[in-house]
Amino acid sequence: MRNKGFSSVVTNEMKLKLPSCSVNEGVARAVVAAFCAQLDPAASELADIKCAVSEAVTNCIVHAYRDSVGWIYITVKILEGGGVRVEVRDRGCGIADVRAARRPLFTTDPSGERSGMGFTVMENFMDILRVRSKPGKGTNVVMFKRLSRRGENT
Amino acid sequence: MLRSNSGFEHEYSEGVLYVRLWGEIDHHGAATLRGDIDSLIYEKRPQRLLLDLSGVGFMDSSGLGLIMGRYSLVGELGGSMAILDPTEPIVKILNLAGIKRIIAIEKTKEAKKK
Ligand SMILES: Nc1ncnc2c1ncn2[C@@H]1O[C@H](COP(=O)(O)OP(=O)(O)O)[C@@H](O)[C@H]1O
Ligand SMILES: [Mg+2]
Repeated sequence: MRNKGFSSVVTNEMKLKLPSCSVNEGVARAVVAAFCAQLDPAASELADIKCAVSEAVTNCIVHAYRDSVGWIYITVKILEGGGVRVEVRDRGCGIADVRAARRPLFTTDPSGERSGMGFTVMENFMDILRVRSKPGKGTNVVMFKRLSRRGENT
Repeated sequence: MLRSNSGFEHEYSEGVLYVRLWGEIDHHGAATLRGDIDSLIYEKRPQRLLLDLSGVGFMDSSGLGLIMGRYSLVGELGGSMAILDPTEPIVKILNLAGIKRIIAIEKTKEAKKK
């Protein structure tokens, strides 16, 4: 099965489209967290999702649309059984070598004080991270996370 | 000017620059914080920089860059640095990056006495 342990049944869905202005980093994570709050997750789980979304959105702003402003497309799906799927997509410059880019400390922009830890955060704070990219076309980041559903006796 | 969701207060005495960050530290706010903190560091030339994170509720990897950048600058000027009182979610990302192997993480009261 492709998305190990996650249902493909979607019970709720949200789409958000924002221009790549840095003020939208905070907007994006706040909106996604508000949407995910319907699952009554633990505070730490919500914090993880906010951080992962912040990383993906910041990458669109800092890297994908480095010299321009473009749209960032965010889709959040609530999955049956208490998981979430978050997709962050851009039509920016793309990544030539995704494997290299995902390594801890890898950055193409050290002068901007980038830590090269964005993908590492997404990987560790979420359960699944999938990155697809085409140079010149854009990048698609998909993340899954299982939430504990404090409200239920699971 | 767009509303900022981060900032800091500071105190300086006897070679110790104490900076208390507050709010959400992301790429959007980091550039301003970096400029303002660096101005202070150049002005005071502290022997020790104490970066209090107790008022920071959110921080992503841009914050790691901010912390490491100040650590480098203070080091270049011959000083040292410590992080004070990070909250639970901040400890998680600091640990992921292995920051404590490089920068001491301390409690506010103890560190201020030194
Ligand atoms: N959406 C994107 N578009 C283009 N390049 C990207 C994108 N996301 C990440 N990258 C590339 O992958 C590298 C690693 O990303 P990341 O782990 O977030 O570290 P950082 O953002 O600190 O450089 C970036 O330096 C950049 O080269
Ligand atoms: Mg990044």
